[in-house]
Amino acid sequence: MSKYYQPEIETASPEQIRALQDERLVRQVKHVWDNVPYYRKKMEEKGITPDDIKSVDDLKKLPFVTKADLRDCYPYGLLAKPLSECVRIQSTSGTTGKRVVAFYTQHDIDLWEDCCARAIMAAGGTNEDICQVSYGYGLFTGGPGLNGGSHKVGCLTLPMSSGNTERQIQFMTDLGSTILCCTPSYAAYLAESIEEMGLRDRIKLKAGIFGAEAWSENMRRDIEDKLGIKAYDIYGLTEITGPGVSFECEEQTGMHINEDHFIAEIIDPETGEVLPEGEKGELVFTSITKEAFPLLRYRTRDICILSRKKCSCGRTLVKMCKPMGRSDDMLIIRGVNVFPSQIEEVLLSIKSGEITPNYQIIVDRVNNTDTFEVNVEMSESFFTDDIKSIANIEKQITDRLRSVLGIGAKVRLVNPKTITRSEGKAVRVIDKRKI
Amino acid sequence: MYITQLSVFVENRVGNLDEILEVLSQNGINIRALSMADTSEFGILRMIVDDTDKAKEKLREIGVVVKSSEVIAQHIDDTPGGLQKVISKLKQGGVSVEYLYAFLNRENDTAQVVLRVDDTKKAEQLLK
Repeated sequence: MSKYYQPEIETASPEQIRALQDERLVRQVKHVWDNVPYYRKKMEEKGITPDDIKSVDDLKKLPFVTKADLRDCYPYGLLAKPLSECVRIQSTSGTTGKRVVAFYTQHDIDLWEDCCARAIMAAGGTNEDICQVSYGYGLFTGGPGLNGGSHKVGCLTLPMSSGNTERQIQFMTDLGSTILCCTPSYAAYLAESIEEMGLRDRIKLKAGIFGAEAWSENMRRDIEDKLGIKAYDIYGLTEITGPGVSFECEEQTGMHINEDHFIAEIIDPETGEVLPEGEKGELVFTSITKEAFPLLRYRTRDICILSRKKCSCGRTLVKMCKPMGRSDDMLIIRGVNVFPSQIEEVLLSIKSGEITPNYQIIVDRVNNTDTFEVNVEMSESFFTDDIKSIANIEKQITDRLRSVLGIGAKVRLVNPKTITRSEGKAVRVIDKRKI
Repeated sequence: MYITQLSVFVENRVGNLDEILEVLSQNGINIRALSMADTSEFGILRMIVDDTDKAKEKLREIGVVVKSSEVIAQHIDDTPGGLQKVISKLKQGGVSVEYLYAFLNRENDTAQVVLRVDDTKKAEQLLK
């Protein structure tokens, strides 16, 4: 098998890609204008029509789409195809309360899976491989995306989903998995467990595709050494499609963006101006092939740099570096997006607002796994002499956080006014992770 | 007899209890009885002190969450069976005890129990 899934795209000349993008962008803008009144209104407010968009050069004329737009349009407001043509939704957390819901037609699923297939082949995957997908399955895009890509490559796919480490390792050793797909922190955890169980000699892994959270080069080397593999990064977001928006090749110096489907721009997060290539700024994506949920100029809030330096793998697709930070307050904890405002909302929803929403999030990384603690200030309005009723409120907070965020937090009740304040403003997030 | 009890929230952190006790000591407040209830995450310190209002005020000043409430303080004989006599009376009246703690009164050699029950009024009548 070739090392490319779609060589005609992955190794096309920049001119060919550009021509494809021009044509697809023009068509996509028309599609959105015709089918998404919300975005059409945004365009009208800027005084532009689809006739103004003739090529990628005109992209900068289009208005941005932000998380706030997704929230305002929840759930159907940005849908561009009738529901009868949609076959799937995936979802991720939104800024406040409402989740982001993304829709897919069968065509959209196909192109997403193609993107993931490219990532798997870039990591050396072929139809001879056994691909263990240990990302979560369900609303989270990680599992379904890599699962689909693995099928397209023709790997024997193990749809493990996340968790149940013993069973993961049992399948890995008994069936001889050769590729592992999961979050980097889970990979590190698996690596440690394998070491502890003395099973290093019995695993046949050669590559890992790890994404959905930040990880350092040190962590990469550590996982590579412990598992005896090459570890590849993968990037994506539900709003745009899911994992596979970009992927790493054997050079391991950035992720190739699937430019035939997504046009990337780097903007100044303050002014919204497009920055010249090579400058650091906020990453913006325009999806030019998706039918059901086609976002134009979606602001990812990820801070990043793009590079067109020639890559030794032969791919000509532009490369993005690992995201270097965020231009908003979103945290990624164990691969899950967490907004501090979600925690405030949970606290306000408990016991009809008796709890002061004075909280502090403390995130750390211990043994390559994120720890997540939420400190909540006790107040006289919810303190009682009855230990059971306080413990019960504490449990309600824990349960609600889990259901809203999708991950568990350790809730600690603390004395009033003990949460650090900086110039009168409470410090909501303490992120001790050194990535 | 009713008596005022202070309930204090104690954060699960090294030194928090010490801070609370230090305030009481610095202000010359004497603890006559106390009990500590705890879960793995936090605790409630229940106390009878000699100057309830002052204790409350001083604890609030350092940001401690404190509440006062009326509990039953019942004299019992400091002899075998003394406590059981009281509990039996409550049982016969169908009153359930949520918690209790006891202390000795050195001056007249009696013991006292502090009782929190589910029906305070009824308990009082039963114990008359």
